Amino acid sequence: MSEISPGLWELLLKGVWITVQLTVYSAALGAAVAFGVGLARAHRLWIVRFVAGTYFEVFRGTSALILMFWIFFVLPLGFGWQLVPMWAAVLALGLTYGAYGSEVVRGAVAAVAKGQREAGIALSFTPAQQLRKIVLPQAWPEMIPPFNNLLVELLKGTALVSIMGVADIAFGASLVRNATGQSAPVYTVILLMYFVLAAVLTRGMRVLERRAKAGIGQKQPERTFPRRSRERVPVGGESR
Amino acid sequence: MSADSTLSKKSPPIAGTASSGETAAGSATAQETTAQETTGAPVTQGELIRFDHVTKRFGENTVLDSLDFRVFPGKHVTLIGPSGSGKTTILRLLMTLLKPDEGTITVGGEYLNHEKKNGRLVPASEKHIREVRKNIGMVFQQFNLFPNMKVLRNVTEAPVQVLGLSRDEADERARELLELVGLGDRCDAYPSQLSGGQQQRVAIARALAMRPKVLLLDEVTSALDPELVQGVLDLLRDIAHTTDVTMLCVTHEMGFARDVSDCVMMFDQGKVIEFGHPDKMFSDPENERTKEFLSAVL
Ligand SMILES: Nc1ncnc2c1ncn2[C@@H]1O[C@H](COP(=O)(O)OP(=O)(O)OP(=O)(O)O)[C@@H](O)[C@H]1O
Ligand SMILES: [Mg+2]
Repeated sequence: MSEISPGLWELLLKGVWITVQLTVYSAALGAAVAFGVGLARAHRLWIVRFVAGTYFEVFRGTSALILMFWIFFVLPLGFGWQLVPMWAAVLALGLTYGAYGSEVVRGAVAAVAKGQREAGIALSFTPAQQLRKIVLPQAWPEMIPPFNNLLVELLKGTALVSIMGVADIAFGASLVRNATGQSAPVYTVILLMYFVLAAVLTRGMRVLERRAKAGIGQKQPERTFPRRSRERVPVGGESR
Repeated sequence: MSADSTLSKKSPPIAGTASSGETAAGSATAQETTAQETTGAPVTQGELIRFDHVTKRFGENTVLDSLDFRVFPGKHVTLIGPSGSGKTTILRLLMTLLKPDEGTITVGGEYLNHEKKNGRLVPASEKHIREVRKNIGMVFQQFNLFPNMKVLRNVTEAPVQVLGLSRDEADERARELLELVGLGDRCDAYPSQLSGGQQQRVAIARALAMRPKVLLLDEVTSALDPELVQGVLDLLRDIAHTTDVTMLCVTHEMGFARDVSDCVMMFDQGKVIEFGHPDKMFSDPENERTKEFLSAVL
């Protein structure tokens, strides 16, 4: 057993940076897919709904890890070029989490009151204008909390790439552990690193949610643990 | 203004006829059909809204049964009838929130759900529907203001996006309208910060901002607290008396109906069973079911 040298710590920090990059790129791709597929799943043409629904089922049903291997090893057989592992990972994660996200988008859009669209029709907005001006602005704040969950899942999911030799946190951790033989401190540290990253993401999403709700005239999201619940009304027949 | 109809009670209801030379339903319909076949255009006698044999079903339930009626420009027509008689359905058909199963609707001489291609009537494109629909505004029972927009924006968004007005122009007009509905000072509030009555006034301003020829009002006061009802009704009365907008309203406020309408139409089981001037309808209805209905609500 030897000490963890500053150089090795630096390796871990570089890993953090790679993990952050992976998360950001995959999330960007995932968000694009989530909106594209999620909206397509509510399209008025059945063929569009069908294609999008198939995409959702396929990508929800496949593992991101296998997809990543597939993109990295199988795709080149057909196309003759190979993505660098990093981009193969971004593609796999983005497409997979995009499929999960499409469910969030579809649900939030469907949850916008029917009367809102009807008012849009009554004012002769085109379907695209209804979506842009009325439906999405109202659905968006509802999407943020479930998106936050997915984002944290995605962050943790990026650890898959270490298997393909991308030098993220998890990869750095195994290098350091191999070099020093110290499992406990290394894994404790990276546990904390993921935790801190997740906390930062959650914090950011909360701010986003508050802004989004203020932007449509709603008040702040409720606290996770309300100090006192005002809405609890005693129900008749309670005997205690 | 009076519905000077000298019609036999069987002819299609005409809210405020322009001409009095109408004949009984049978022959009138026959003539129209011929005219329609030869010219390929509906006979427009200056009417703004026209339902021709409109049938609407929900599954097995025939809600409107070959319904005919017309409304002339500037008239105020009130639809009454028992719950489930299809009043809302009529307004929703006009607003294209529903499609008729049979028959045609015309607005300002244009087919609403149909288009003419090579002399034949075919289902209309989205674009055609949108064009014709611009003539129609609607105020809903539940207001349906856009919660993501402030009051002013609620009123200006459609004029800007749909009619292509400039922001300034739309703002100016919206402020005038909000002034008219008594909310000139609440332009920057979100709908959630207003009372139901105030929201409904904004909704009325929003509908008027599109300068519709027809305003559809479906029980616009029934979601309001009792003390807020009168204010909204007064506003509508004002609009009815000072503008030339045609109104088609469903209401349980019979006093209001009596004040503003030129014609009251009584629906039952998918048909117009009686119609006429409110003075006549409310004081001396002829149909038994109208009598029953009115004695229950008046
Ligand atoms: N979307 C729908 N699907 C199935 N049935 C419907 C639908 N909308 C309305 N109906 C039925 O059509 C009939 C007429 O409904 P409509 O809402 O037009 O009545 P109404 O005259 O407005 O009644 P009320 O005075 O209660 O508002 C009712 O029997 C109703 O159950
Ligand atoms: Mg109704």
